[in-house]
Amino acid sequence: MRHTLTTQQYLILLCVTLTASVGDSFLSHGMGQVGQVDLHHLGLLLHALTNAWVIAGIVLLIGFFASYMTALSWADLTFVMPATAFGYVVVALLSRFWLHEHLSLSRCAGIFLIVCAVGFVANGPSRTEHERGHHELDVMDSGVGR
Amino acid sequence: MVGRLAVSPAASVSAGWICIAGVAALAISGECLIASAMRGLGDLDLIRGRSGLAGAIRAVLTSPMFLVGAFCMGFNFFAMLYTLSVVDLSLAAPATASLTYVGNAVAAKLFLKENVDRRRWLAVLFVCAGVYLLSK
Repeated sequence: MRHTLTTQQYLILLCVTLTASVGDSFLSHGMGQVGQVDLHHLGLLLHALTNAWVIAGIVLLIGFFASYMTALSWADLTFVMPATAFGYVVVALLSRFWLHEHLSLSRCAGIFLIVCAVGFVANGPSRTEHERGHHELDVMDSGVGR
Repeated sequence: MVGRLAVSPAASVSAGWICIAGVAALAISGECLIASAMRGLGDLDLIRGRSGLAGAIRAVLTSPMFLVGAFCMGFNFFAMLYTLSVVDLSLAAPATASLTYVGNAVAAKLFLKENVDRRRWLAVLFVCAGVYLLSK
């Protein structure tokens, strides 16, 4: 198993965490300004696309998907998962300090547990190395592809 | 509360949990397929360095496994919308998130052959408990 990530790879994991949570918060804030959408007023969804918060939220969620896929290309799914879960913590902190919502004791406990979970996984290896085929090992030994 | 269907309470509770399980199953399938596709492609940063951003996007979009996974994730989105019409958000969100985390760990061990050691299992359980507490 490979144990180390580069600074750039840690930054991509940070992007995974921040873009999802901040993107969701922006969408929520924007849709709050647009108003309630129901089956009889689906046109409001198109109107929502003119709201700056909604546009910013969509851009951030596209960024999330790109960084998430990049992370999955060099790390295990079970390594990246807690990073996405850390987004819940960011949303809770945003709702407390930006939207001024109440942060109850149980939510604080939830934040603590998720932070612990991220700590467990971040201290471990990022990827399971599967056994390579003979041809692949020969190529690596010969130095081709470096 | 899972009582929005015009059927008996027991049947509506079952329907709610079936919806939640379906949403989680779609998320697990989608994430595992996308993870497998990305692992197959290799480091996207290297591909981007070699073929540019367009080359990296092309490599991702021409992967059949990625496309099936993305379809599952898209279907998951609409399944979640339907679930929210049957089950309250306060139950649906933490239940689907927790089931998805546990299911992903099992699927990653079985299908992606990841080394899900004790540390990672503990992290999954902590995340599930944390999500439950955050949703209260």
